[in-house]
Amino acid sequence: MADLREIQLPDAAARSETGQQLPDLEGEKMVLNVGPSHPATHGVLRIVLELDGEIITKARPEVGYLHRGDEKIAENMTYTQFIPYTDRLDYLAPLANNVAYALAVEKLLGIDQQLPPRCQYIRVICCELARLSSHLLGVGCYAMDCGALTVFLHTFTEREKIHNLCESLTGARFTTAYTRIGGLSRDMPPGWVEQCRKFLKEVVVNIAETETFLTRNRIFVDRTQGVGVIPREVAIDYGLTGPNMRGSGVEHDLRKTHPYLVYDHLKFDVPVGTAGDCYDRYLVRMEEMRQSVRLVHQCLDQLPGGPVNVPDGKIALPPKDRVLTRMEELIHHFINVTQGVNAPPGEIYFGHENPKGELGFYINSKGGGTPHRLKIRSPSFVNLSILSHLLPGHLLSDVVAILGSFDFVMGECDR
Amino acid sequence: MTALELAQKLRAKFPGLISEPSEFRGEITLKVSDAERMAEICAFAKQELGFDYLVDITSVDNYGDDPRFTIVYHLYGYGHLCHVRLKTNVSQEKGELPTLTGVWRTADWHEREIYDMMGLRFRGHPDLRRILMWEGYPHFPLRKDFPLSGKPTDVPEVAFTEPAPLEGGPFVTTAGGQSATAREPRVRVPETDSEGPAEPRRETT
Repeated sequence: MADLREIQLPDAAARSETGQQLPDLEGEKMVLNVGPSHPATHGVLRIVLELDGEIITKARPEVGYLHRGDEKIAENMTYTQFIPYTDRLDYLAPLANNVAYALAVEKLLGIDQQLPPRCQYIRVICCELARLSSHLLGVGCYAMDCGALTVFLHTFTEREKIHNLCESLTGARFTTAYTRIGGLSRDMPPGWVEQCRKFLKEVVVNIAETETFLTRNRIFVDRTQGVGVIPREVAIDYGLTGPNMRGSGVEHDLRKTHPYLVYDHLKFDVPVGTAGDCYDRYLVRMEEMRQSVRLVHQCLDQLPGGPVNVPDGKIALPPKDRVLTRMEELIHHFINVTQGVNAPPGEIYFGHENPKGELGFYINSKGGGTPHRLKIRSPSFVNLSILSHLLPGHLLSDVVAILGSFDFVMGECDR
Repeated sequence: MTALELAQKLRAKFPGLISEPSEFRGEITLKVSDAERMAEICAFAKQELGFDYLVDITSVDNYGDDPRFTIVYHLYGYGHLCHVRLKTNVSQEKGELPTLTGVWRTADWHEREIYDMMGLRFRGHPDLRRILMWEGYPHFPLRKDFPLSGKPTDVPEVAFTEPAPLEGGPFVTTAGGQSATAREPRVRVPETDSEGPAEPRRETT
């Protein structure tokens, strides 16, 4: 039988009071796994934290739990067949991804300036509705993670209305697959504009109420102000984009600097933060929601009539009555569906201002209907890379506040 | 300051290393002949030419061509709002190039993803390990000789890589067909169907 030894283990509190630096203090750090299945990690994100008491000393994010191989799949299907996969990237704002992908392929084809005006306005409306939907969820879930449970359900009532609008416009509440190469899958149904205007009146009220819950709420401000500060140079160096970057003071919005669709005809402001902390990122999102409402109002006022598809039958499917009665359109339809759009050899990169940041598509084409390489530059993937730099030094409860303020989505991060 | 002017400045600083800028759809692309000098070129681009934002690093597998891999860097500057693409080639035997994490810290995760998906190593990277696939995964999925339906794995309870239940069954399309005709759903007789890694794609339109 082994000798019994008495071992004195002074507890952490006693040690800190006396200020003893014991040599085995390194072994006292705790490794905590904020596991992939966690309500506050906005999807399947795993962070391995090394804690010294409550202070984080090391953070190692692990992604890839939702990796589905979208880029590999894209090499095996035509451009149009890939559109439903883009829905599932940032699945909180599927319309924005659809528009981004369609614009990227149209840039490759060289027809991005030839889109009919009605198509462009409807795409802007889709993008801005997607931005509203994504930010409503972002702010709602952020507040819920910080403890304000009411806000979550409050913003989700408006999201429900956006889903209903999407359903009447595209046929699906969520995974819309609305845009096509060279146009849209269908035009707006009659009465949609009035439904949308009614929704916009209600959402402004809701945003104002959400603000009264959070913006001057002492608890929320204490949890978010001064937490997760990202200086401007660090934000640029780590490639942050979207509201995260604008919260750190970088005045850059792809809709203003490289306008696509009809953004150069529309008036809107771009909110920019100063302190770069979680509170600023939240404020940027709130203001972006109001600007989106303003943009949708302008689009609905200026919405022209006309076709929604490019007239070229080789790119956008010709109308069905002509396909069934005329030979040329039948051939175009057949080739378009079986072989895909004939893209020229070459490569393009198109960056789109998604609610989460800059969603970029790099398409390397060797000609023909399928891409040789399609790379999705995902904003959430790049935004998350800063976590291992940002989290150390914060308290454990700040992790939730910081993750919520980043508003990432794992579907996009892992593709 | 246009992208073309910036590209010419970059070219002038590194004579013989950078090709003429080519333009397609309004974008400037420069080819760099020596991948080893990439870090130097990019450091100059960041400090002197104001390309402070590395948008993306992509890898392309030119299966069947030599050199096999092309790395594509997208650079952007918030000051001059210009976008430039740099491309460089890496052969399969070499399989590595210097890291850019010293220039832009965002290159860290992009390079890890390229290592994970294509198998290219980055010398000097602080923590080069797999990012999307699990550690210990033996293959490089985005390579052209890796089949779309995947290869069997040694962690079957974690990663399910059996063919899908109806795969190859009657009236079901199979992935990885070389053209839409090959992908058409038709009655398949499993014993006579050839399986195997996807062949390199050759576009014959």
